[in-house]
Amino acid sequence: MSQPATATGKLLTPFNLITAAILAVGGVITVLRFFVSGLAGTTNLTDTYPWGLWIGFDVMSGVALAAGGFVISSAVYLFGMKEYKPLVRPAILTGFLGYSLVVVGLLYDLGRWYRLPYPFVVKPGPTSMLFEVGLCVALYLTTLAIEFSPAALEWLGWKRLRQLVGSLTIALTILGLILSTMHQSSLGALFLITPTKLHPLWYSSHLPVHFFISAVAGGLGMIIIESALSHRVFHDQVEISGERFSQLTVGLAKAAAVTLAVYLAVKVIGIAMDDKWHWLASGYGGWYLVEMLGFVALPCFLFVIGYRERRLGAIRVAAVLTVLGIVLNRLNVAIFAFNWQLPAAERYFPSWMELWVTVSIVTAGVWIFRFIVKRMPILHEHPEWRGQH
Amino acid sequence: MTISRRGFLGGLAAGTLAAGTAAASAGVKKLPGWPDSYGLLHDTNLCVGCRRCEEACKRVNGLPEPAVPLGDESVFDKMRRTSKDDYTVVNRYRRADGGRPAVYRKHQCMHCQDPCCASVCFVQAFEKTPQGPVLYHPERCVGCRYCVMACPYYALAYEYEQVWTPRVVRCTMCYPRIKKGQQPGCAEACPMGAITFGRRSDLLKLARQRIRKQPDRYIDHIYGEHEFGGTSWLTIGGTPFGELGLHEGAVPTPLPEIGSSYLSVVPLVITIYPGLLAGFYAFSRRREQLSRKETREAVAAALERARQEAENKLQAAAEKAKKEKEKAVAQAVKKAVEEAKKQAGQTGQEA
Repeated sequence: MSQPATATGKLLTPFNLITAAILAVGGVITVLRFFVSGLAGTTNLTDTYPWGLWIGFDVMSGVALAAGGFVISSAVYLFGMKEYKPLVRPAILTGFLGYSLVVVGLLYDLGRWYRLPYPFVVKPGPTSMLFEVGLCVALYLTTLAIEFSPAALEWLGWKRLRQLVGSLTIALTILGLILSTMHQSSLGALFLITPTKLHPLWYSSHLPVHFFISAVAGGLGMIIIESALSHRVFHDQVEISGERFSQLTVGLAKAAAVTLAVYLAVKVIGIAMDDKWHWLASGYGGWYLVEMLGFVALPCFLFVIGYRERRLGAIRVAAVLTVLGIVLNRLNVAIFAFNWQLPAAERYFPSWMELWVTVSIVTAGVWIFRFIVKRMPILHEHPEWRGQH
Repeated sequence: MTISRRGFLGGLAAGTLAAGTAAASAGVKKLPGWPDSYGLLHDTNLCVGCRRCEEACKRVNGLPEPAVPLGDESVFDKMRRTSKDDYTVVNRYRRADGGRPAVYRKHQCMHCQDPCCASVCFVQAFEKTPQGPVLYHPERCVGCRYCVMACPYYALAYEYEQVWTPRVVRCTMCYPRIKKGQQPGCAEACPMGAITFGRRSDLLKLARQRIRKQPDRYIDHIYGEHEFGGTSWLTIGGTPFGELGLHEGAVPTPLPEIGSSYLSVVPLVITIYPGLLAGFYAFSRRREQLSRKETREAVAAALERARQEAENKLQAAAEKAKKEKEKAVAQAVKKAVEEAKKQAGQTGQEA
């Protein structure tokens, strides 16, 4: 991101070369995965660990970190916090790309990926939490596509359609909040059926609530990081002043601090209600404390410092810690604290090809984000549609 | 929906009040229990770890020969689990107290009464048959492997090496053989009578009989009778089940009930959110309108005040000017009169 090329600029920048190399190797692995050696030849998945990095990171963390879209659009359109309007479009775009890439990651993981629509067209399994997740994600991805479309329609100059979509804003925002509440929490609910396999410190009957609140925090963290990077890299696109941008960042920090504090409280309640304190004294307890203190309590504290003393540096560090914390939490639930009773030899660690695919998917996301931001009115308003939904 | 409102509310109240007693009332699921279903009983007191069951399983299911030949004790050096080539495995467990001989336990799909795999499948690829076996339908499986994830017994395996058509694989309780009136392969092959096939209800009676006859050799518990809602495979023996890799002291609640408990919140979210959020939106919009109106009124009032003040000032100035003018006129008249008087006096003197 440090070497942005303008839309008409050179192609052979270091950033472009490195990312192109990543994607090229990723393409080879993709061919291996889908056409040559299947999951066995590319992943370290086993019968004991049927879900690995592609579910733990690409799907579970991806969905949580794409939560910024519904958080900001609800704040602006439903709760009347109009001052955050400049952040809505980048957040919606991040969400839309995030969810699209979640589906891409999911296709890599599915044994028979070509049957993706089967739950909706062949035989729905409504007792499955995964059915709920799948249905909500499919509907929300559609919602995000429509919510994103005004930017594309303004760019294309299709005024009547743009007008129509604009009139749907409130309905779409409400729908987005409903669907997000449901599938963010249902992702946690996926693990309610595994009390025998997931470590007691991470297992809780409140898992859906944990997942939802932490997704809100992760979404806010992503908006802070993404807007700071956009502000630096695409400064020619940004309309709002540095002073106003700082004010928005400080406001987000306050929201993130409150969210993380609530999350921490809910987690402590979970431990207290089931009287799981003694687990903290084990090795897994130490790991749990690293997650909770280092990636929840610490960023919460830094956000507070950040907004009280208006220190953007502290806020950005806190945002990075929050995002890493969400990823760590999802990986802990799906992988590290899963099957915790099994001996070390049976534990899973991703193969380099799994890691490479994940990095490639994120890289592709950055490329598409850059492509769109340079062309469509995302970081600034289209002159003809100023001040409209 | 033809339920009347009163009936609906009444049903809710009854469900809440009688949830503890009446399992049949709304919202409290009653397990079918599968009264005539088949099952298998594994008696770990009789099992000697010969692995004939493994061999038979591979034969009837067309799987490759055992990787470690029968009779080779080294196979017990490490714990094995089921895999795409082994639908059943026999493991050896050393007693913690060391005093007694080793115990062998056969492991495979337990064919749960309320199976997790069926509950978590989003295309209903698993089906609990009234006959007992849990069946798998590969023709609609998408390959998400949530079933493998959810199974508390680590009994499901996946064909990862298949590029196009991987399947979930596991013991089928020899469903095709049962339909033909045959016993499952493993039960038929067992030379020790450690595996018994029959109606689950009969197997429970048989197990209780064995426990009653030799109370010193058996723990008074049939694993699989109630654990997580019960299983078609039952296990008995003299070793605590926790030492045999089973969930000792497991709750009788089926895991699917725990796993899908959260689904009840979904309709609430769908019903409550739109109204609540539309309310918030209306509230913030109204607030905005009010503040706009207030601003408008304040501006109008300020303008009115300014206009009034200006008018007052103008009027005052006009009045002042008028007064000054009158004063000036009066003065001028006075002056003129005096002037006239003076002139008249002078004229008189002259005359």
